[in-house]
Formats: sequence, structure tokens, C-alpha cells
Amino acid sequence: MNVLTARAAGLIGCTRCGRVWPGEASHCGRCGAPLAPVSALSLQRVWAWWFAGLIAYVPANMLPMLRTATLGHEQANTILGGVIELVAHHNYGVAAIVFIASIMIPVAKFIAIGYLALIVAHEKFAGSHRHLHLYEVVEFIGRWSMIDVFVVAILSALVQLGFVASIHPGPAAASFALSVAFTMLSAQNFDPRLIWLAPLGTDKA
Amino acid sequence: MEATFPIACRPFGQDYVLPMNESVDHMSELPLSELIVCPKCDALHRISEVGPDEQAACARCGTLLITPRPLSFLHVIALSFTAMILMIGAIFFPFLRISAQGLSHNSSIFGAAMAFSEGFLAPLAFAVLLMIVALPALRFAALIYTLWPLAANRPAWPRAAQAFRLAEALQPWSMAEIFVVGTAVALVKVAGVASISFGPAFWAFGTLIIVTALKNAFMSKWSIWEAIGPR
Repeated sequence: MNVLTARAAGLIGCTRCGRVWPGEASHCGRCGAPLAPVSALSLQRVWAWWFAGLIAYVPANMLPMLRTATLGHEQANTILGGVIELVAHHNYGVAAIVFIASIMIPVAKFIAIGYLALIVAHEKFAGSHRHLHLYEVVEFIGRWSMIDVFVVAILSALVQLGFVASIHPGPAAASFALSVAFTMLSAQNFDPRLIWLAPLGTDKA
Repeated sequence: MEATFPIACRPFGQDYVLPMNESVDHMSELPLSELIVCPKCDALHRISEVGPDEQAACARCGTLLITPRPLSFLHVIALSFTAMILMIGAIFFPFLRISAQGLSHNSSIFGAAMAFSEGFLAPLAFAVLLMIVALPALRFAALIYTLWPLAANRPAWPRAAQAFRLAEALQPWSMAEIFVVGTAVALVKVAGVASISFGPAFWAFGTLIIVTALKNAFMSKWSIWEAIGPR
């Protein structure tokens, strides 16, 4: 299906409220959002947040996430260390959940955003529904990674039984939260209209 | 190539998409206010009346452009007030209680955020409070401010557009529902070694999630923007 895009018609659309404006408009006259033409330059912001997220993700995995003290014995666990310990205690179900939510999904998110940002520059991939679905999944799932930070908060607030057991947050919680926020910003800065971008006037369905 | 529609796609369909061969000259005769653009793929559509049981989706990529409006502005206001009252209850009542080997400890939602308040993690305590309490509350307030005059068929209050835009922009960052699922995960982790009981704040917060989901699902952004009108 050949459709006319706002870009091809010399118009500009507001991505927040859907109103259409003449091509030279800089702000939406209805909702006030800044109007940005579809441009591969916006990918620079995507990459900037992507690298910031990746940098924050390194200490998130190296430093301890939780410090647990039980009966005078203190132990600091990284994310991966926590998974290994759960496996050692034959808690395979919980280990799998933590592994998927804290390690697989964040890594998959980096790969997916990077893949999209690289691939949209190639004309022959213009107009792929699969790419739009991938973007929607990344956008939807991104904020759910913050669950780890909340789990650490709840455990640290709740498990305060003095000598018997106490849990304190580790520095990795902060870098993990930053990493999630940065990747969310990276995904938000990705302009899905780029997925459909082709040479002017030949937008594909 | 035929586009696929993941969701019911009436009345927007091929008839409402502006075809390529419709020249830009012809376009200039169409007032821009009669067009809607897909935020995900930039395709131009003509606006048409969307019935109460219909929704309009982009004919090319399937993105929902106009949702049906079973809830009036008044309903959204009512749900926002409900959510704010639940939020106040959730903050001040006990949230969870743990007991093991004769010892017990209470925590409120405020206490959960304050778990990060020692040392250099303090900014994280602030961020967590923002994400689970302050930003959701600010969203409800902005929605009430936007919709209150509109529900009474009066013109929007000044800066209503900014208020509604703020409410929209805050949506990904208000994470109350993620916090509740986080509670469930935390409970699974300690279930073996201690027993947990829920305080009133837990149920208030749980209800808050359902109220928020209802409000988000049945709020028609398009009709709100139409009602706010040009600045």
C-alpha cells in the first residue's frame, strides 16, 4: 500500500497529539510539543543514552546488589552471584526468574536498540513491521527492569530482624537504576518513523 | 502490499489513508485540522467520526490513533480522585510486616524508598519516591486540572495543554504497578525463611494499580486534545 506521509506532503506531524502542521512549524500549536522532522540525526541521541546505559551497566554487575547478614555472617552478592547462589540452593525457579529479569532482558534490550539504530539507516529494510514490533516490545519492557531496584528496596526495608537476619542495599542498585533510566531514554529518543523512511516519495508499506 | 491490522480497524482503513497519487496541491485544499498523522510511521489519515464501539488504527502500521471513549471526562476525574485518595492511604498505613523466630518488623512504602537513604545511595531513595509516589500523584493532579473544566463543557483552563502533555510524558516514569510486582518477587525470595503479612497500605496500593490501569485504558487522548483545542 502506498500511503502519503506527512514528510512526503511537505507537512510535519506532532508525534504526541497527532495534529498536522505546515512543514516549517517548530512547535505543535495544540499541545505545544516540539516538532521534529524525521531525521537520522535523532539517532545520535539514541546512541548517546545507549552508551551511557552500557557504562552504568558495568558497575551494576561488578558491585554488590545486596548485603545480607544472617546470624553474624555477612555476605555481599552481585546480581550474577545471587543467581549462582540460588542455583546452589536448588531454587531453580527463582534463579531462572532473576536470571531472565536481571541479566537476559537488560542485555537483550541493549542488543535490540543497537540493532534498530543500525538497521534503520539501511534503505532496503524500510517499512518492516517486524522492526516496529521489536521497537514496541523494547519500549514496553524497558521500564519493567526497574523491578530489581524495587525488590532490593523492599527487601532492605523489610528484612531488618537485627542479629537474625538483615539486608542492606549495595552500590550496584544505584548504577542498575541509572542503567535502566538511560536505556529508557535511549528507546524514547528512537524515532519509529525512521523505520519507514525511504527516499522521499517512495515510502513503502 | 496489503497492510495487516492487529486490531479492529474501523473506520480508518484504506479509504481514509491519503494515497500517494493525491498530489500535494490537492492537499492544500484540505484543512490541516481534518488530518491526523500516525506518530509511529508518519502516514496521513483523514479524520472521521469514530462511533462509541469503534476505534481508529493506522492503516499502514496498525498503531491505535483514536481509541473508543466509553469513559467520559467525568469518569477519568473520578478515577483520578480515587487514585489520589488510595495513594494517601498507601503512604501512611503499614505496608508489609515480616516475622521470623519471634522477631518482627513493619515497613511502610515510604520506608521502602528510605532503604536507600544511607550514604551515597540517598539520591536513589529520592528517585524511588518519585517513581512510586510523587510522579503518579502529579499525573493524577495534572489530569484533574486538565479535565475539570472540560467535563463541565467550559473552556480549558490556562496551560491545560502543558498539564496534559506533562501527564502524558510522566507515564513511563510512574512505576507504581512495577513496585507492586516487585513486592511479589521480594515475597517469593523471603517466603522460605520468614512469614509475611500485608498491611492496609498493600491493599490500597494494589487497588491503586487497578484504578490506574482502568483510567489509562479508557482515556481517549484524541478527544481530550480535541476538547482542549488550539491554544
